[in-house]
Amino acid sequence: MAGQAVGRGASPWVREDGAQHTFRVARDAFTQDSILSLERENIFDRCWIYVGHESEIPERNDYLTRQVAGRELIFNRDRGGAVHAFLNICPHRGAMVAREKKGNALGFQCFYHGWAFNNNGRFATQIAEGNYPPDFNAQGCANLTEVPRLESHRGFWFVNFDRNACGLIEYLADAAAIIDLVADQSEVGMEIVGGTQEYGVQANWKLLLENSFDGYHAITTHATYFDYLANTAGSMTQPLLLGDNNRSRGVDLGNGHGMVEYPAPWGRPVAQWIKAWGEDAKAEVEAKERRLVELFGPERGHRMARLNRNMVIFPNLVINDIMAITVRTFYPTTPGQLAVNAWTLAPKNEAAEMRRWRLYNFLEFLGPGGFATPDDVEALESCQRAYCNSREAGWNDISKGMMKSSPAADDEAQMRSFWREWDRRLGAGVAP
Amino acid sequence: MSAAITRAACEDLLYEEAALLDEWRLDEWLALFVEGATYEVPTAGAADNVQSTDTLFYIADDWHRLCQRVERLKKNTAHSEFPRSDGLRLVSNVRLLGEDGRGMLVGSAFVTYRSKNDRTECFMGHHRHHLVLVEGRLRIAAKRSLLDMNSLRAQGRVSIIL
Repeated sequence: MAGQAVGRGASPWVREDGAQHTFRVARDAFTQDSILSLERENIFDRCWIYVGHESEIPERNDYLTRQVAGRELIFNRDRGGAVHAFLNICPHRGAMVAREKKGNALGFQCFYHGWAFNNNGRFATQIAEGNYPPDFNAQGCANLTEVPRLESHRGFWFVNFDRNACGLIEYLADAAAIIDLVADQSEVGMEIVGGTQEYGVQANWKLLLENSFDGYHAITTHATYFDYLANTAGSMTQPLLLGDNNRSRGVDLGNGHGMVEYPAPWGRPVAQWIKAWGEDAKAEVEAKERRLVELFGPERGHRMARLNRNMVIFPNLVINDIMAITVRTFYPTTPGQLAVNAWTLAPKNEAAEMRRWRLYNFLEFLGPGGFATPDDVEALESCQRAYCNSREAGWNDISKGMMKSSPAADDEAQMRSFWREWDRRLGAGVAP
Repeated sequence: MSAAITRAACEDLLYEEAALLDEWRLDEWLALFVEGATYEVPTAGAADNVQSTDTLFYIADDWHRLCQRVERLKKNTAHSEFPRSDGLRLVSNVRLLGEDGRGMLVGSAFVTYRSKNDRTECFMGHHRHHLVLVEGRLRIAAKRSLLDMNSLRAQGRVSIIL
């Protein structure tokens, strides 16, 4: 399978041919244990990985526990309000020191032998003299281990297990400004709404990544969703124009991040009104759009209100600002299995009626019981199952729109930007 | 009204409902509901009293969306359920929990199996049905299926009706 790539260094997994306008990815990249090991080492251990939103730990001493990039973490605020991310493991013999999903606590105590810690991570146990030397914790060996790097942008917190990584803002590149388009939707801040969708897919994690900003699949995979919109009075504003180069686009945001941006028929709480929401909501949504224009000017204001954005931040954070906002992250458990955590984000001061419509909108499309996501899961699992054929049929095609100077939202330019970065990072881990 | 609603009658309805879903007779299943009924599945492990107006669920169907859910599942473009999965629903521990504004609240425990592509998934939890008598016939005014599990990692989706 060592193919000859043209225009880039030869890669065993990604074949890009600029002259022929073709881009192909080896199906083995989705199935091999050796690839997953390389991904853990070169991607998940080195990139900025989303851990949570500030609104999930709003008060001092709030904490939550979460699996992130193959680790068990505590994400918390200490007594002074500072945010931390600790590895959830007792420095003594290794049990998890926090075992509830979330809470508010001045400290953590391991139930195994009773070692206790302040919520800034410092060891806080009185042990009778003579058991340990007086300077036992001088180097911090009895403190909780903090994740090497923790930084945030507009309320989105990320960890990095590589002490020498570049800063978060540099890493986010052009994706930072797209996060801003979400964060600026409220003047008092955004919040994660209660209720987390934690599900799994029997597919490689990169299949969900591709799917999360794939405009091309919408009409076929989600035919029943568009039937539903057509059958729902007052739910449509305009046709879906994913292929219109003038109004939709696929964008490389740098460092492997990418997005598609496009107009769509569904209602947007910020701020595209649909008839189904009623006249009272109309005034509110229109006022919202006017306010965005006032704050950010007509171009950015209308863009925030009217255009939809599906964004992937390399390697595994999805922020889709569509009929509602979903924040979604996912991890490989094996090459053929992934775990997803999905939330919805909303303005903190949102009126109850608009919050209700927002959640109604979310569930019409998104999540394990929506009218669309289950069919995505079916598609991803179907791909994974068929990759057993890779010896005879070894390559995925990601070429759509390569001939265009400005690719549309139903092209695959944004996926190619992911795969180039993926390939670069994995290549860096291969001995010459 | 409550005098006429017995546990045995409620059990009959719940068993009938399970059979219609097992046999994918979705129009007949929908006909068990009164117009305006709701169907909800909160996220795994949610409290019984959680509200879909302020909390993210998996499913929070009003009457229109419930009808559309049935329409969707009958199409061969509902890819998750076409080809269709096989399934079996067990309903037990039926109790009458008292009447409120929506009818007689009936609690039950359920185990629902879904099998497709050589994989079998299990959903376990408890139902809360609001049942009402309409012209002498018990019908469903609201159904809420609460999953007594801590995630959907193994199942991945709730593309069937629980």
